[in-house]
Amino acid sequence: MGSLKEVEAAASEGFFATRVDALVNWGRKNSLWPMPLGLSCCGIELMAMIGPKFDISRFGAEAARFSPRQCDLMIVAGTLTWKMAEACRTIYDQMPDPKWVIAMGVCSSSGGMYDSYAVVQGVDSILPVDVYVPGCPPRPDAVIDAMLKLQKRIERESPTKRLFSGPEDVDDRGTGKRTYAPNDAVPGAIQHTGPSRAGDAQ
Amino acid sequence: MTDSNIGFDLGRILGILGDVPVQAALAPDATPTFVVGREHLSKVFELLRYEAGFETATFVTGVDHHPATPRFEVCWQFLSLAFNERVRLSTRIEADDAVVPTSTHLWPGNAFSERECYDMFGIRFEGHEDLRRLLMPEEYGHHPLRKDFPHHGIEPDRLYREWDARRRAEPADAN
Repeated sequence: MGSLKEVEAAASEGFFATRVDALVNWGRKNSLWPMPLGLSCCGIELMAMIGPKFDISRFGAEAARFSPRQCDLMIVAGTLTWKMAEACRTIYDQMPDPKWVIAMGVCSSSGGMYDSYAVVQGVDSILPVDVYVPGCPPRPDAVIDAMLKLQKRIERESPTKRLFSGPEDVDDRGTGKRTYAPNDAVPGAIQHTGPSRAGDAQ
Repeated sequence: MTDSNIGFDLGRILGILGDVPVQAALAPDATPTFVVGREHLSKVFELLRYEAGFETATFVTGVDHHPATPRFEVCWQFLSLAFNERVRLSTRIEADDAVVPTSTHLWPGNAFSERECYDMFGIRFEGHEDLRRLLMPEEYGHHPLRKDFPHHGIEPDRLYREWDARRRAEPADAN
């Protein structure tokens, strides 16, 4: 509506033009508040990462909250057992949208060395994971790298589209479709004696 | 453990046990071991606790000898601080009747060990006041340390999936 001259005059007073998406994403990616779900030894590296030496406040993510209501980045740091899985999923559900998940370390990425009946073989069988970090435990640098990758991912999101069309249905993302057949690769092992997933008729 | 058993007076224990039929042996680590029938266990517990002075229980654990019969073996180890002696008890039980008397009324610290043994082997301790599973979820119907339990478990995700289905049926529950 205004002429270029008016825009230039406005710019001199401290205004600038941008897209809403870019502005919102800029805010979101630079103020990730992590939910530190320290389940085992990875939690120690996570603490080191939050502390002054590695200092994730350089990336705006130092405000680790211990209430999921105030967080938007869940860092699953450590071995998730099936007994703990319900609590983990409840914490995830309690986090307000938008929210992201980093699977820190091999245990939460794939079960790791705990190739066992008690351990969830990758938290992506119960949660939608955005970034996986290998390592046992990964160095804080690796998790910071994951956080930067997550920031790049957030840059590509479209919050206005989400605002107008509602959140996409994320039910399938890592929560029900993943096949869990742990004994398949073991010769002579007893296979499942029944359907392992509720509603899994096949 | 060998050092702590120097001068162990086997005759003293055998004298206290009296006419209870036990089979005494020396474990590979030189701990005196008594193989006792299940029906004599309660009596042996009381004699060891009150007469022989074994006031500390070290552990209770199970062994699965599958496919041999009797299938299970239950082991207790006790320590006497006064005599600086250790003894081990052992009994064999069948799989279809895996019940032994509890020792928690004499050694309350055995409560958790017996719960763990029940959780991992399915051996029930008769008289235990609170015999729930210790490590596995309470509704989990299998016993992981049995020899015929598959390495990757039986439906380890079943309880979570059931919970997940309930949660999805009423989404307001999560918040």
